[in-house]
Amino acid sequence: MTSAIQVQGLHKSFGRTVALDGLDLEVTTGEIHGFLGPNGAGKSTTLRILLGLLRSDGGDATLLGGDPWREVEALHRRLAYVPGDVALWPNLTGGEAIDVLARLRGGVDEKRRASMIERFDLDPTKKGRSYSKGNRQKVALVAALSSDVELLLLDEPTSGLDPLMEAVFREVVHEFREAGGTVLLSSHILSEVEQVCDRVSIIREGRNVESGTLTQLRRLSRTTVRATLAHPVGAAQVESLPGVADVTVSGDHVACTVGSDYLGRLLELLGAHGITALTSAPPTLEELFMEQYRRASAVAP
Amino acid sequence: MTTVAPAPSPTARPAPRAAGAGLTGTLSLLRLAARRDRVLVPVSAFGLAAFAALSAQATFALFPDLRSAQESMAPTLANPALVAMYGPISSLGIDSIATFKSVLLGGVFLALLAYVVVRRHTRTEEEAGRLELLGAGVVGRRATLAAAVLLGTAAVLLTVVLTVGWSIGVGLDPAGSVALGVCWLVIGLSWVGVTAVAAQLTSSTRGTAGWSLGALAVAFLVRAVGDTAAADSPARFLSWLSPLGWGVKVSAFGENRYWVAALGIALYAVLVAVAFSLLERRDLGAGVLPSRAGHDRSRIGTAGALTRRLARGTFVGWLVAYVVLGVVLGSIAGSVETFIDSPEVADMLRALGGEAGSVTDLYFSTELHFAAIGASALSIALVTRMYTEETTTRAEAVLATPVRRVAWALGHVAVAVVASALVLLVSATVAGLVHGADAGDVGGTVTRLAGAALSTLPAVWVALAVALLLYGALPRFTGLAWAALIVFLLLGEFGDLLDLPGWLVDLSPFTHLPALPGGTLTWMPLVALTAFAVAVGAAGLAALRRRDFG
Repeated sequence: MTSAIQVQGLHKSFGRTVALDGLDLEVTTGEIHGFLGPNGAGKSTTLRILLGLLRSDGGDATLLGGDPWREVEALHRRLAYVPGDVALWPNLTGGEAIDVLARLRGGVDEKRRASMIERFDLDPTKKGRSYSKGNRQKVALVAALSSDVELLLLDEPTSGLDPLMEAVFREVVHEFREAGGTVLLSSHILSEVEQVCDRVSIIREGRNVESGTLTQLRRLSRTTVRATLAHPVGAAQVESLPGVADVTVSGDHVACTVGSDYLGRLLELLGAHGITALTSAPPTLEELFMEQYRRASAVAP
Repeated sequence: MTTVAPAPSPTARPAPRAAGAGLTGTLSLLRLAARRDRVLVPVSAFGLAAFAALSAQATFALFPDLRSAQESMAPTLANPALVAMYGPISSLGIDSIATFKSVLLGGVFLALLAYVVVRRHTRTEEEAGRLELLGAGVVGRRATLAAAVLLGTAAVLLTVVLTVGWSIGVGLDPAGSVALGVCWLVIGLSWVGVTAVAAQLTSSTRGTAGWSLGALAVAFLVRAVGDTAAADSPARFLSWLSPLGWGVKVSAFGENRYWVAALGIALYAVLVAVAFSLLERRDLGAGVLPSRAGHDRSRIGTAGALTRRLARGTFVGWLVAYVVLGVVLGSIAGSVETFIDSPEVADMLRALGGEAGSVTDLYFSTELHFAAIGASALSIALVTRMYTEETTTRAEAVLATPVRRVAWALGHVAVAVVASALVLLVSATVAGLVHGADAGDVGGTVTRLAGAALSTLPAVWVALAVALLLYGALPRFTGLAWAALIVFLLLGEFGDLLDLPGWLVDLSPFTHLPALPGGTLTWMPLVALTAFAVAVGAAGLAALRRRDFG
């Protein structure tokens, strides 16, 4: 497998503000990679370095096998970018903006353009200034998807889209990946990342906190288990098991969280008490995310 | 504000609105606006007052007695090019001479201040969406416009009061100083009104700028024609049709016609009323003039073509303005000779204009240098669009395609160079056609004037290069390019009057231009200016290539 994006120890400061503090990121060709982090974590800065708009202060960044700062022309032919807050030219229509951006990138794929406009339900004859935020976002998405590229850099691309359009977006991104494309999707909408992405990188204060598939990340995290038992169990007994925490027992109900590796031992104990009902919820990405953050802040000074 | 009306209960029917309703929150907005402008307004007001008072003081210091002042000013007073720029002098007294150049020019600057303040707090806010944020709070429908008009009015009044006080302080005639205040009051208030209306008409900041500044240009040209018309010509009346003409008609330090204030205040009242009634007829974010649907396809395929397309509206506006300017310049030229009634003045002008210079040549050369400063403004406006494109992140979308940063920037430079050259050339050609038809030598006149217009271009390029360097190296200070242009203008216009040292005056590229038509064409300064412009521009591009973008 080859890497579409490879970033190692990336540093970038704006005056005294440190935006990136040794960021690592690897996006494999052909995957949809979620790039997660709260506002100000350095997601946009990373993307802008990858686009050659900003110059990094240190570290390595390789994009499609090239240097993003030096090989702007060659690399930009092969990628499309959608920012989170699209600004359009007030006196150009959406259709004109789509054509301009796709042409600058190397050409308009007429069939794709028409189908994207239809699927995103966009009126291309309106002037840029009269579009709502969601519609400006659609213009940028259609422009990005109307040219033939192998990499999409998306910076919170669905901000302002309604749920219906978010669904269209997810479909379209999946199709792009099916056709062999690679996607880096920066977002803080966890459900979106959960539904779309193959792998995820979580960053915080300009540093990578965790990377992996969702399954891998889940393994690192805790599962919530709730059970109703035929024979009540003592709280102390449950707590004595390795990897179990947050235990509450009331009557025949027991609830606790458990590390993925210790789930078997817990179920053995509960099984011995006669399980009549059991729910086990793997951590949502949200819980994962919050936990990564708790952990990271506990380590941080 | 503490005096907010009690919240209506959910079931209550909306009470019928009184005529003055919709103004809730005006005071809070006014405070907010005043806070945001706490540097702009006082500094501008102070600067304008200083401009009038200090240039007058310098004139007093320069001329020991009235006679020497009159002698030195005689050619100026008789040059219709300067009358077109500054209005006729109000009297031959020393106070009139000392304020000749600052009365109308200061009024125009004050109109610009009023325009900036009113536009900033109406259409700019609305376009940026901030107004929506405020409109959702306890703010009446009319409150933003009311706050903007009040702040604009306050800025005008502050400037007027400061100016009158300072003028009297430096020893200008008190009655005349008050008349100077009346002149500026009329002009300033008029543009508070004009801008308030313009902000309602269109749905973009640029459209507002077009209407308001377009009206200023028309008002200026109308009074220029009126002021330079022959004494018995009916065209003299034109000055009464322009608020800037009213300012001139106040005749500060001459006849001191205070009653002209009534005209300005009446126009102000009418325009503000019109603005409020237009506001009632439109939605937030929209203008009265509809935003039409456009094409769904575009053939633009290069960054340069995109830049040209985006500059089209501005260019066409300037082109129209410069065609009109050409017509006006050409038609005034016919009366230049008759305008000068005394043969002594005509002799003096000829002496000033160089070996071959006729009075008409001197007139054209002066006007073309002004036109070149205007064209520099156009080139700065076009080249600094890069900064707007960058800060609005629109440039980011373009630079995320295979377009190189320097190529993108060069596209803007090319548009600015070509546009400024075209407007100058067209204006000179039109002036040549009009005047040539009068003088009976169309071909010769057009060639001479077009050549003279071209000779001013190197100075335009220097102004453009300064803007490019600022944008490339210090993007946040791109706006200083305008300050530089104003300094160039003031050095040229007030250098002699203030008796500034030669090296300082020489900082302006326009100082080095040959006096064409009529004067001698020396290539050296033109080549030097061009080389300087290229070097500065290249430094700007190199800085742009290396820096972080956005």
